[in-house]
Amino acid sequence: MTEEIIIAGFGGQGVLSMGKILAYSGVMADQEVSWFPSYGPEMRGGTANVTVILSESRISSPVLNAFDTAIILNQQSMDKFEPMVKPGGVLIYDPNGIIHPPKRTDINIYKIEGTMIAAELGNVKTFNMVVLGAFLKAKPVVKMESVEKGLQKSLPARHHKLIPMNLEAVQKGFESLETVQVV
Amino acid sequence: MGELRLMKGNEVIAEAAIRCGCDGYFGYPITPQSEVMETLMDLEPWNETGMVVLQAESEIASIHMIYGAAGSGKKVLTSSSSPGISLMAEGISYIAGSELPCVIVNVQRGGPGLGTIQPSQADYFQSTKGGGHGDYRLIVLAPSSVQEMNDFVELGFQMAFKYRNPAMILTDGVIGQMMEKVVLADFIPRLTDEEINEKYGSWVTNGRKPNRERNIITSLEMDSGRMEQNNIRFQEKYAKMEEEDVLFEEIQCADAEYLLIAFGSSARVCLKAVDLAREKGLKVGLLRPITLFPFPKKPISALAKQVKGMLVVEMNAGQMIEDVELAVGCAGNKVPVLHFGRMGGIIHSPSEVLAALEQKLIGE
Repeated sequence: MTEEIIIAGFGGQGVLSMGKILAYSGVMADQEVSWFPSYGPEMRGGTANVTVILSESRISSPVLNAFDTAIILNQQSMDKFEPMVKPGGVLIYDPNGIIHPPKRTDINIYKIEGTMIAAELGNVKTFNMVVLGAFLKAKPVVKMESVEKGLQKSLPARHHKLIPMNLEAVQKGFESLETVQVV
Repeated sequence: MGELRLMKGNEVIAEAAIRCGCDGYFGYPITPQSEVMETLMDLEPWNETGMVVLQAESEIASIHMIYGAAGSGKKVLTSSSSPGISLMAEGISYIAGSELPCVIVNVQRGGPGLGTIQPSQADYFQSTKGGGHGDYRLIVLAPSSVQEMNDFVELGFQMAFKYRNPAMILTDGVIGQMMEKVVLADFIPRLTDEEINEKYGSWVTNGRKPNRERNIITSLEMDSGRMEQNNIRFQEKYAKMEEEDVLFEEIQCADAEYLLIAFGSSARVCLKAVDLAREKGLKVGLLRPITLFPFPKKPISALAKQVKGMLVVEMNAGQMIEDVELAVGCAGNKVPVLHFGRMGGIIHSPSEVLAALEQKLIGE
């Protein structure tokens, strides 16, 4: 099994750290992993994306132009990455800020109200964990206990007190994924 | 068994340096390799192992600090990215001419000039054919994974000390910036001054000992006859590298009808292209040079007798292809050798490589 994922959105949304926690979860589940970020002069406000690959075997290219799953968090990323989802693949997006929803009929499309749910949870910073939870509902590539271990491993000890809140966000996201029918 | 971590290639260079008993790092920040020095500064190895970490005032200063420290038999490392390596070229030539060991990491970015900060492999010529002035060679290692970023630090030092010659780890923004699993090596203690004298007493300049001759480190020789003798000695050294220290990896080459040749991050993209080709029933293999100097001429020459064509895939306009053509042509082979490259910081995708292979080579 190999899962090739692109996570794309604005810098500051936690795109890279979501990818990192997912990659760490893979490590905890004894998978091969790669995490390749877009890197550049852009910081908060610019676009950011990361390619995460989880696999049972040696990972070939860390750089891809076709993905099993695209997790899309802004319109620019929708325009760029919707065409790059493999036929039969998965596209998950947060409708907040999306003007042109996805149109493809040969892929499975889901939405997650990440921005809204994170606000309801009382901490907008948990947005990326809500989205991660939604992804794990669509593609259970790692178990929840591996995510917990991944959080422990990727967060510095001084932030470990935040893990329960993050896990709650993951769980909420897991429960809130909605299937989208393209008509 | 070492410690398993998920780390960026650049961060791993720093960890590996500390763990292999490196005595000093001298560098100057530049994207996309600044995490090397940042990680070293975070880890503060001077408290644990006594390793010196110093941000110099420029690349020129840092390579000359390397020159001086290497002259005293210390295990020293620097890192930079393409424009910074060009600034170091003079010092690298002096280090090679003075026959001193050190490891230089080049996390390449697109050029020429200040170029871009995105990944590139356009410094192949500079790394393997010189870069600075004079007839010298660097030992050039091309990692294609974060694990190899770790492994090649100590390997680079071993080769550098074996030949008393600078070794370069030639990588790029993909391997430097990506995170993968890595098994870190166990800690090796730094050599003591006594151990350095015992091992390298015949050449180090760390204060003349009463019972030994004066050691002189210089690349200057006013007598042309003696300078030619120096050059002959260097060339013998480079020939020995070609005899003893060529490293490469062959993937699905046994039954290959078409061969991709690529190094570093391009080899990773090609690995996927091989999978895509095999799914379509095309017998494609990949040869990955690990040492770019000494270059794996023999396996390429051997495969030239087997395959119908070769495609050299690089993130440049066609540099390693010249060494491939030499390796193929020297043995009298007539197999076509073609090139596919992206430039300026663009990374080719696996499907692009497959399309190039089909259009340029198989479609012929």
